[in-house]
Formats: sequence, C-alpha cells, structure tokens
Amino acid sequence: MSTYEKKTLWRIYIAGGIFILLLPVHFRDTMYSLTGFSLFASPVLAKLELPLALLSYAVIGLDVLWDAVQNILRGQVFDENFLMAIATVGAFFLGEYAEGVAVMLFYQVGELFQSYAVSKSRRSIAEAMDIRPDYANVLRDGVTTQVDPEEVAVGELIVVKPGERIPLDGVVTNGHSSLDTSALTGEAAPKDVAPGDSIISGCINQSGVLTIEVLREFSQSTVAKVLELVETASDKKSRSERFITRFARYYTPSVVSAAFLLAILPPLLAGQPWTLWIERALTFLVISCPCALVISVPLSFFGGIGGASNIGVLVKGSNYLEQLAQAEQVVFDKTGTLTKGSFTVTEIHATEGDKERLLTLAAHAESGSNHPIAASILSAYGQLVDSARIGGIEELPGFGIRAEIDGHTVLAGNAKLMAQQNIAFTPVQTTGTAVYVAVDGTYAGHILLVDLPKKDAKQAISDLKSTGIRQTVMLTGDSRAVGEQVAAELGLDRVCTELLPADKVDWVEKLMAENKGVLAFVGDGINDAPVLARADVGIAMGGLGSDAAIEAADVVIMTDEPSKIAAAIKISRKTLRIVKQNIVFALGVKGVVLLLGAIGMANMWGAVFADVGVSVLAILNAMRTLNVKSFLKTA
Amino acid sequence: MKKNIKLKGLDCANCAAKIERAVSKIKEVTDCRVNFMTQRMVLEAPDDQFDTILQAAQKAAKKVHADLVFVV
Repeated sequence: MSTYEKKTLWRIYIAGGIFILLLPVHFRDTMYSLTGFSLFASPVLAKLELPLALLSYAVIGLDVLWDAVQNILRGQVFDENFLMAIATVGAFFLGEYAEGVAVMLFYQVGELFQSYAVSKSRRSIAEAMDIRPDYANVLRDGVTTQVDPEEVAVGELIVVKPGERIPLDGVVTNGHSSLDTSALTGEAAPKDVAPGDSIISGCINQSGVLTIEVLREFSQSTVAKVLELVETASDKKSRSERFITRFARYYTPSVVSAAFLLAILPPLLAGQPWTLWIERALTFLVISCPCALVISVPLSFFGGIGGASNIGVLVKGSNYLEQLAQAEQVVFDKTGTLTKGSFTVTEIHATEGDKERLLTLAAHAESGSNHPIAASILSAYGQLVDSARIGGIEELPGFGIRAEIDGHTVLAGNAKLMAQQNIAFTPVQTTGTAVYVAVDGTYAGHILLVDLPKKDAKQAISDLKSTGIRQTVMLTGDSRAVGEQVAAELGLDRVCTELLPADKVDWVEKLMAENKGVLAFVGDGINDAPVLARADVGIAMGGLGSDAAIEAADVVIMTDEPSKIAAAIKISRKTLRIVKQNIVFALGVKGVVLLLGAIGMANMWGAVFADVGVSVLAILNAMRTLNVKSFLKTA
Repeated sequence: MKKNIKLKGLDCANCAAKIERAVSKIKEVTDCRVNFMTQRMVLEAPDDQFDTILQAAQKAAKKVHADLVFVV
C-alpha cells in the first residue's frame, strides 16, 4: 500500500467509526419501535444527527469537494469528484444526512480498493515478468567488476555465478551448468549448457560458474526485447476496450442530463414535490460514474496478457488476445512447428547385418559435411570420428559423398547416386529420407532418417479440437507422402503438400476466403514471416533467440511446444468471457438501478451498490484472468 | 520522435482515456497512446518541436488530472 492509500484507509476507519455511531441515531424511529428504549425517542438524539454526519463527511469527503471545485475551475465538469460532490451535498440539503455520508464513504472505499487492486495486479504481472538483470560481472584485464548490463560491449567476457541471472545473450566459453529458463518459458525442466552453447539472457544459472562471451548488447538482448514486448502489449487496444472508452464518453453526460431533466420536469409539468424528484435525480448522479467498466476491461486484458506470459506465451496486444479467442481455423507449418525440424535416424538396414559398421562408415563419410542429414547421422553415431581412418572425402553435390575409409571406397547418398554409379540397390518404400551406402562398388545398406513430430504435437491438435477449433490445416513444402503421413498421424483435418514458401501465403488467403472466421497461422518464424503477417493472428514457435519470430508474429510461444497454442486460446477465451461478464453485469446493474431510481423504487443505498459494489465485483472478476496455471496442466 | 513517458499518479482509467484524447488533439502530435495499466504514455511528434509539444501535452494532461507527474 502506498502512503496515500494508507492515509485514505485511516480516514475510512475514522469516518466509518463515526458513521457507525450515526446509524442508530439515523434509524432512531425504527430502533424505538423495535426496542422501546426511550433514549431513541429523545429529541437530543435528533439534534445529534447533523453534527455527527458533518463530522464524518468532513473526514472522508472534503478532498473530493476540493478536487471538484478545482476541476470545475480548470474546465473539467463531469468528473467523478464533481458527481459525488453534487450527489452527497444534495443529499445533505434534502436532510438525508446518513445517505450523504454513506455515499461518500462507500465511494472512497471503492476508490481505495480500485487503486489497491490495480497496483497489486500491476505488481504481480511485473513480478511474473521480472526477468530484468540488475548487473553483469564483466571480466576486464583479468578482474571481474560489477557493472550495469547496458555498459557491457559485444565480445566482452562476463562471469555468471550460480543463482545469478544471465544478464546478456552470449556463448559459453567456459564452465558447465544447468539453466532455469522458467521465467521466460514457463518450462520447469532445467536446460544443461556446456562450452560452445549459446545462451539467452533472463535465465537463471543454477549450478556451475559460467564464462560467457557476449553476443549482443543489452538493448538487443532477449530480455530487453521480451520486456519491451510485454510492456507495450496493452497499448494495442482491443475492440471492447475502445467500445468502453467511447461508451464512457457519452454515458456520463447522458446520465447527468437525464438526472437534470428528472429533477425539473415532473415538478414543473406535473406539479410534483421538488424534494422527491431531486432525490431521485441525485440517485442518478451516483450511478453516472463509468469507473467500473472503464477500469475492469483493460485490467482484464492486462491480466490475460500477464497470465499468458507466465506460461511462456507472449501476446503482443489486447487486440490479438481478442482475435485469438475467436480463432476458428488454425493453420500449421510442418517443419519445425509440428515436427522437430531435425532428422532422427529411425532405421538402419545393413545387407550383411552389421548395422554398427554401416553407421560407422556413414558417419565417417559424412563427417566433413555440414548438411543437417550429416549432423543427424553423426549424432546417431554418438562417438568421436577418428580422422586417421579417413583417407579423403569428396562431396558430390546433389548426390552425396565419396570417401576413402580404412582403405575402402565408401559412397553415401541418395538413390540418384546409386543409379549413377550403377550400383544395384533396393529402394526404400517407407516415408522418410534414406541415405544409401555402398562399399567398394557393392550396396551395403541404408540409413533411414525421419523428421519426427514433436512430443506434444498430437496432443496439441486434439486440444485445439476440444476447444472447438473448426479446422486444423498443415502446410508443408515436403513431399505428399511425408506430409500426408504426418498429418494423418497427428490428426489434422487437412494437409497441403509440396508448397513453395509463396504458395503458403496463397493457401492462407484461400482458407481465409473459405471461412470468414479468424485464422491463426503457426510457424517457426524462420522463413514464414510473410505468412505470419498475412494471417489474422500469426503465432511463432520457439521464440527464444529468434528475433525474426518475435518481430513478425502477433503471438510468440517461447518454448517449442505446439500444445501451448490451445492453452493460449483458452486463456484468451477466459479473458474475453470475463470482459463480457463485466460489461454485461456493470451495464445491467446500472441500467436496472437507473430505472428503479427513476420510478422511486431504488434509493441512494441501491445507487451506492450499483456504483461501488459493481466496481469492486468487476475488479475482483478481472483479477481472475491472472490465474492461468490450470491451463498449463491440461495442456 | 517517439517518447515513452511515465505518468506517475495516473489512478483512474477514465482519466487515462481523457488524457489520451486531450493530448491527441494537440495539432502537432502524430500519435499518443496512454496505457492506464502500465501508467505510461507513448508520445510521437516531430523532432524539432518535441520539447514544446511535450510541455503542451503536460499542460493538457494536468488539466484532466492535476496530481499527474510526467517522468520522461
């Protein structure tokens, strides 16, 4: 609580205390008929009511009156201070002392609660996104000095001890450790790092001391980008937010004008008593404040964005959160999004049965290549290549590799290579990429590599279906056989294969024309930036360390898990549901109380509830958006 | 030039909307967005007049909300 809030709280205590004393005085007739104590009939008690009410009012309401006067002098008429001042002062003039105090008291309670709730949710979101490093230990001339991360230049070495936050993006030059990436990704499992690994800022070093060569200055680092993104996210306003601010603009003047008409028309035209209609008009003024609505809608969106960032989903604007909630089609890129984007050796077939030898030969032959397939074969081999065994390597672009290993001529490559060299071989029928190996002109077998789907890819698709997404589509540049097999395995509704990058944009446009609902495209952000931009909502996967993805997409999923998409959609829907509830509830209650007030069925007390009570309830409801843990578990 | 200004003491959402409207009305301002939740204003205006515009914006904002403090 701020000092201002504390001061207000004390004023509420004091004024509230006096108000409690005032109550039996105010309801003395009822009390007398209930209890029969003659004290309640005493005329002295009647004289006490006004002084008690004024005292309580002075404690709680003078600043509001003062602000109202100042605002009028500055030309701001219809602000809430003015409305409250008129309503309460009016109540006093009508002799409704207790009502006047009550309205002001509850108004202040509501304001205090609002300011407390807003700063609390501000803080809890800020805490969740508290990834800003305070300092960096930079190694200069053999001495480590603690400096601001912004002062470290690219190429300098920094030292990060266990328990410290990685201040800048870089490459590990020395040390082994595991990193806690949860602040960025929502991921609980630590990530192991060793020299040569690139690491990103914002993670927490858990076990060992790391020396890191800085790759990017602070303003370009992952931490700075993520923070910037989350902080500006709620600048992009949603339709409901714009509706509410527009609504508030007209609501207050309309209600105030209605109150004015209500006060003067019936007495003038129908000869009704003035006090009755002025009292009803004052009830209107109390309800005329749009605070509950205006505060609860952005608070809900802010909470939803903060909650999503807690599970590693960055939403770049309230408008995207709104769109996400309405998504009807989700279109995926295959490689790197639904599949791992790297090949895994799934099968080794050796004609003579010695798989070990076949893999050893292939690994040695491929050891000079930097093709992704070579890397996958080497990682399947899992041992260090003995360069003494290699006599020479020759790359045959478009075909494969010819190498001298242990004095044998080894050919490793595609079917075209085997055909070109007139080697009899059995072509592989299953889907995947096959590397054929021949030793000294004789076919020795093949290694089959497959780009496997991610662990949670299937779950991701079925989660999306259960949230009510109408169609899931996969677009891929891969062959029809591979594409259709993956799509069938994961349960996608539709698949389009053998597409060039430009075709993907065409397909997305076609799908958008077929179904007018919101279309979300999910890609890895590497070469599908145009598609991300074209779709209604562009979602990039694996945003960590990929600037292109963070920039091109509207929603960034920090981890590599497609199942987070369904979680993000659920969060967005919950947020929108809460926004809707708040709008309907606040407008409904206010509307009903306005109507009842006009016909004299609702008094000041009802109006106070319609104003402050609704604000408080709407804020409490809005705070629910922050609670997203349940979505992570089911995801 | 685009500047990110912290609005200390911005405690009412309706005021945020009013300030945004008032500042946007200043002729030279190209873009102004007030974010109530983060208590920040993004002000965009031509470089050469930025300081005068900033002052005008402060004045306009204080007219809506007297206790506001601009932290540039």
